Amino acid sequence: MRGKARRRAAAISLLMAAFSLSAARGGASSSATTGGWGAASPASTEAPGGGGVPSASADTSDPAAPGRTEAFPVAVEASGGGSADAAALADVPLRDSVREAAARALMETLRCLVCQGQSIADSDADMARDMRALVRGQVDRGEEPAAVRDWLIQRYGAYVTYDPPLSAATLPLWLAPLALLALGAWVARASFRRRPHGGRGG
Amino acid sequence: MRRGLAWAPLAAFVLLAAVAGWALFRPAGTEVRSEMVGRAVPAFDLPAMVPGKPGLSTAALKGRPYLLNIFASWCVPCVAEAPKLVRLRAMGVPVMGVAVRDTPDAVADFLRRNGDGYAAVGGDRASRVQLALGSSGVPETFVVGADGRILLQHIGDVRDDDVEALAAAVRDAR
Repeated sequence: MRGKARRRAAAISLLMAAFSLSAARGGASSSATTGGWGAASPASTEAPGGGGVPSASADTSDPAAPGRTEAFPVAVEASGGGSADAAALADVPLRDSVREAAARALMETLRCLVCQGQSIADSDADMARDMRALVRGQVDRGEEPAAVRDWLIQRYGAYVTYDPPLSAATLPLWLAPLALLALGAWVARASFRRRPHGGRGG
Repeated sequence: MRRGLAWAPLAAFVLLAAVAGWALFRPAGTEVRSEMVGRAVPAFDLPAMVPGKPGLSTAALKGRPYLLNIFASWCVPCVAEAPKLVRLRAMGVPVMGVAVRDTPDAVADFLRRNGDGYAAVGGDRASRVQLALGSSGVPETFVVGADGRILLQHIGDVRDDDVEALAAAVRDAR
C-alpha cells in the first residue's frame, strides 16, 4: 500500500519536473537584447504615396538626457501624406515578406495599451493601429524588432510586452521552474531509494 | 512530522485561493504610467493644427516650463477638461496641446465649443508623439521643466482640484 503511494508520488514529481522544464524552456526562448535606437536609425523617411515630404527629426540635442540616448524619429507628418502612410502601414503587410514576418511576430507580443487583454496584432483600437504602423515602419527601415520592443519598454515599462524581460519582479517566474525541478528530483530520489525496503506495508 | 506534511498541499491550496481571491476583489488599476517621467521629453516637431496658433516643437520650447496636454476633439473627458485649461492659461501657465489622431476642422470646432486654453496646438496624426511620451490615452497632461525633463504625468482629465497643483508644479519647474 505504502509502496504504491510512494511510486505514485515519484511519478507525480517526475511529471512536475518535466512540466517545469518545459515551462523554463518556453520562457527562456526570448530575452535577447540589443542596443537601443542609437544614432543608427536612418533619419530619412520614405513617402511612397507621394504627397508631402515628411521631414523626419531624429536628434538628441537634449542636454538633460540622462544616460541613454532618446533618439527616435518622431516623424513629422506633412499634413496629407503622413497619416495616409501610417494608416496603410497599420493594416497592409510590408512588401518584404521576411520583414513583415518579423514585424508581425513582434506585434503579437505587444500589448494593446487601451484594450489591455489583446495584442496589438489582434486589436482594432486606434492606438493599436498606430502601434502596428510604428512597428511596421521601423522594421521596414531595417530596425531590429528587439530594438523597437526596447524602445516601447523604455516608455511603457515591461507592461507593454507579453514577453517581459528578466527583472526583480519576473525573477521568481524564472526561478520557480528550477526550484520545482530540484524539489521533484529530491522527492523522486528519496522515493526510489526507499523502494527495496518497503515493497508492501512499510 | 509526517502528519504535518500531509496538510501541506491543503495549506498551499488555501494560500493560492487567498491570493486569487485578493486579486479578484482588488479594484483593477487600468492606468499605464509612463516610464518617461524623470527623463528628457522626446524631441518632436508637430505641424500647426488651428489657424492663428503655432505648431509644437520641443526645440522652440526649451528653457521654460510648460504643460503638455494630450487631447483630441473626439475625446469626451477632454470636453470637461477644456475649461480647466482655460483657467490655467489665465493663471499664466503655458499649456501646449497635442491633438491626437485629429483633423484641423474638428480641433477648431472643439476649441470654439469648449474653450481654448492652448498657447500652441500640434497635430499628432499617427500618435507618434503620444507613443514617444509613453502616454496611453487621452487626456493626459505632462509637466515639462525648464531643463526639458518630464516632471509629472497626470492621467485623465484635469479637474478643479488638480488646477492648483499643476500650476504650482509648473511654477516650481522654473
